[in-house]
Amino acid sequence: MIPAPFEYHRASSVTEALQLLTTLPEAKLLAGGHSLLPMMKLRLVSPTHVVDLGRIEALRFIRRDGQVVVAGALATHWMVESSDVVRGAVPLLAETAAKIGDVQVRNAGTIGGSLAHADPAADYPAAILALDAQMVAQSPRGRRTIPAGEFFTGLFSTALASDEILVEVRIPVPSGATGSAYLKFAHPASGFAVVGVAAVITVDAQGRCAGAGVGPAAYRPARVEAQLKGAALDDKTVGAAAEHAAEGVNVNEDLFASAEYRAHLARVFTKRAVLAAAQRAR
Amino acid sequence: MAHAITVTVNGSTHRHEVEPRLLLVYYLREVLGLTGTHIGCDTTSCGACTIIMNGQAVKSCTLLAVQADGTQMLTVEGLAQNGALHPIQEGFWEEHGLQCGFCTPGMMLAAVQLLARNPNPTDDEIRHGLDGNLCRCTGYQHIVNSVKHAARTLADQRMPAIPTPRAAGAKTR
Repeated sequence: MIPAPFEYHRASSVTEALQLLTTLPEAKLLAGGHSLLPMMKLRLVSPTHVVDLGRIEALRFIRRDGQVVVAGALATHWMVESSDVVRGAVPLLAETAAKIGDVQVRNAGTIGGSLAHADPAADYPAAILALDAQMVAQSPRGRRTIPAGEFFTGLFSTALASDEILVEVRIPVPSGATGSAYLKFAHPASGFAVVGVAAVITVDAQGRCAGAGVGPAAYRPARVEAQLKGAALDDKTVGAAAEHAAEGVNVNEDLFASAEYRAHLARVFTKRAVLAAAQRAR
Repeated sequence: MAHAITVTVNGSTHRHEVEPRLLLVYYLREVLGLTGTHIGCDTTSCGACTIIMNGQAVKSCTLLAVQADGTQMLTVEGLAQNGALHPIQEGFWEEHGLQCGFCTPGMMLAAVQLLARNPNPTDDEIRHGLDGNLCRCTGYQHIVNSVKHAARTLADQRMPAIPTPRAAGAKTR
């Protein structure tokens, strides 16, 4: 499979990429290429211009900034998975990264590319929501911060404007005795999440959980979170709360999983993820 | 519009004008004639097209040749050094790690990536490390054994898992 012809532009800085995006508003941004290129090969998208961000080394970093872990948009899944900073401060993100695709995919794919692409079956969005991270977008107007809760707006859709580039992900380090888990029912062939659930829970049962793969965009099941708040996190209570995991979601349906089955998986994996996170909080 | 790229593959430097949409695997196979890198699924699933780029295993069907500009690449043709098989090749030979052989180049390159990061992997770690490579002959147990064989040889000979090939005829020191 060969993509349709396009013009290739390599940006050496964010400023240059923004300039290219201003002159070529139809251009697609290329980071690791592991979302965009498969779609171009299938001709699901045929951009006339592609702006390659892959050489902007200033966006390829992970560092700790006080109580925040900052990942540059070009940090690969492998960098996230293997980073001591991430593993120590926000282990949920490393656990999630390690479950994306396979080794080769994790060597090339980037956190910024995955989040901006917003595939409903991607893994990071659930973790990003459960961690209440902040996305930093840059445009010719400057930088702005978008909370995770406002970032994923629908199927392959985000709050990014057409002239904005996602440059950083800022993840607050959970305080106190906190446990987390990302559990995933992977499609056996593609490795994508049929359902993936991330949970971050404190020892006194305050926390967040989020699902991916279930609906058009990753989401936090409000009723599950409300019911868990301050509750005894035992099998029965968590199980009862998790019954609401797919409530209000327009559940995806495909050849592999019916909506009914997916909703069932969402309930099962929400229960398991919350219990695993609670266990780790102790 | 064609773009000029300069790449180093198995120690040899090449410069070509390529169309932006040319996939790296086609560049390697059809422009450089390095047909040891196979095209299996062409959808980032099977791993037959795995190569090492700047020390990291990647699937060359999901990269553009222009993205490889300036990189150092290793393909299966670069594993053997001075006529001696690389320990992973020896491992596949000794432990019957291949049947039809189609997945083998990708398997070996994914395996050297694994061994570079984890020189003494368990069976589970090997299977996890080769998760991105499919063998349709389903000879996975022999492949695991081959990787363990290679791990022992690399340790005995204190060799780096990922070799740095030199161009044929280039000075060795």
